[in-house]
Amino acid sequence: MAISRKVPELIDKQNGFCPGCGHGIVTRLIGECLQELGQENNVIFGIGVGCSSLLGAVVQADRLHCSHGRVGAVATAMKRVNSDNLVIAYQGDGDAYSIGIGETTSAAYRNERFTAIIINNTNYGMTGGQMSNTTMPGQKTSTSIHGRDCSVTGMPIRFPELVATQFNPAYSARGSVHNTVNITKTKKYIKNALEAQINKEGYSVVEVLSPCPTNWGLNPVDSMERIVGELIPYFPLGEFKSREAK
Amino acid sequence: MSDMIKGNEAIAEAAIRAGARLYAGYPITPSTEIMEYMSWRMEEVGGTFIQAESEIAGINMIIGGAACGVRSITASSGPGISLKQEGMTTLSDEQLPAVVVNTVRYGNGIGTLLSAQCDYHRETRGGGNGDYRCIVLCPDSIQEAVDLTVLAFDLAEKYRMVSVLMTEGALAQMMEPAVMPEMRETKRFPWGFDGKYTNKKIGIFERNSLTEAVELNEKYRSVKENEQRWESGYLEDAEYVFVSYGLPGRSTIGAVEELRKEGWKVGFIRPIIAWPFPEKAFMEVNPEVKGFVTVEANATGQMVEDVALTVKKILEKNVPVYCNPHVYGVPAIGSIKKDFHRLVSGEIKEVY
Repeated sequence: MAISRKVPELIDKQNGFCPGCGHGIVTRLIGECLQELGQENNVIFGIGVGCSSLLGAVVQADRLHCSHGRVGAVATAMKRVNSDNLVIAYQGDGDAYSIGIGETTSAAYRNERFTAIIINNTNYGMTGGQMSNTTMPGQKTSTSIHGRDCSVTGMPIRFPELVATQFNPAYSARGSVHNTVNITKTKKYIKNALEAQINKEGYSVVEVLSPCPTNWGLNPVDSMERIVGELIPYFPLGEFKSREAK
Repeated sequence: MSDMIKGNEAIAEAAIRAGARLYAGYPITPSTEIMEYMSWRMEEVGGTFIQAESEIAGINMIIGGAACGVRSITASSGPGISLKQEGMTTLSDEQLPAVVVNTVRYGNGIGTLLSAQCDYHRETRGGGNGDYRCIVLCPDSIQEAVDLTVLAFDLAEKYRMVSVLMTEGALAQMMEPAVMPEMRETKRFPWGFDGKYTNKKIGIFERNSLTEAVELNEKYRSVKENEQRWESGYLEDAEYVFVSYGLPGRSTIGAVEELRKEGWKVGFIRPIIAWPFPEKAFMEVNPEVKGFVTVEANATGQMVEDVALTVKKILEKNVPVYCNPHVYGVPAIGSIKKDFHRLVSGEIKEVY
């Protein structure tokens, strides 16, 4: 039987992401998951600063555009006072892992019962492609023009692994949107995370590897290939903490 | 006779009774007892207490709670409030009401543990980016701190602004008898998030700064018109008018009473709300007044600027404005009187 696939009403608005960007795909996945879980009228978004800010113009839901990096703290309180609403922190790698690493990590550490969806495109997209905490060794950005020197800037952070091994979250995973197989898997991860939240199991996080053709200086196809050839070997895909059988 | 209670605990209990149901913060002397009290009291009334990992996280949790329509309060002191400025301008931008207690301690940078009034400029001007003001309430007793805590919530919600309860280290740590307000019925504010998108929101790129500026000016004009609060005395025949708030204000009133008995024609204005500044109080002042004197617990004199501007606006003539900054602590009555005599003899020059 043919299934018609409609854009969920929650996100049926034109977005401002660049051509070839992965944010739009993840936005769609979130919309579909919320719809399939019957939660599209029971959700609050805490939105980060950066390209993730553009989500605010797309989702027709309760949403707060938070100060740069502070979503982890804002979402903590939203979930504590509105425990029956789904609370989603939507951030990029710069917002979540650089300027907001304190708030992001502390919320995970406390096992706050919201879901963080973090888009990792290995640079600060909105400001024009500066080095971030997930920029790959040797990657050229506008603040690492000779390539990232990890001996003085640190190695790219692997947050879902950190959370899964050091804390006690309900769910931790990393997906990618470079092809349909992985888009489907990523959707499953997001759904698992939201289900963990619905069941009040604890903190859930899904990081998503996402292409940034504009700032990588690559066309969309080459950007997808970069994810496969360069990013996935360092940022492995999969679940690092799966939901315990209920 | 009411029970003795410590300043910080009185503020915390008053906030609970006013309907506060979220506290998030980080401890800092001399405000810490507010947080300690809230840590167990909030649970008793079914509210939410969160020990934040930092001052910045604390104020952002207040943003999250306020966005959901919950009466929210945080407390800190000087350097901690510096870290909260980002959150306070965000609350102002989103028109989310909240109460921030600044238990002021003396000093720049990390500061000291001494009671002071050195944060007057920061609180009355708004220390974050942009064009916003907070309503700043400055009690001179524990009873007034209790009353102003309730008022701080009411005004914050009436105008959708941040209220700053600007107390002082000494007021926070001392004990006095105080009557607590009745416990209010708590309710969620209808503009809060409910997950159903009941309240539609303008997209971040669809906001019109020009029309928002008109609305902002209208709101602040209304606050200035309606919310000035002060205590004053002996202004009709005063040759010199003291202006002082908080505990130094209380001490100044004592000095004025003694000077009156000694035959000096002096009066006082004690701002109870520092922003909006009580300009209306100056309309009651003797037109032949010879000078205004601020008594402040800071190093450089801060409120003196507001007094000078108000004198220019209300009295429309060049009356000298003096300042006696006592750096920290609560100036003794004798010390205020001594400074006054030096001023009258010409030893202390006017600032404006």
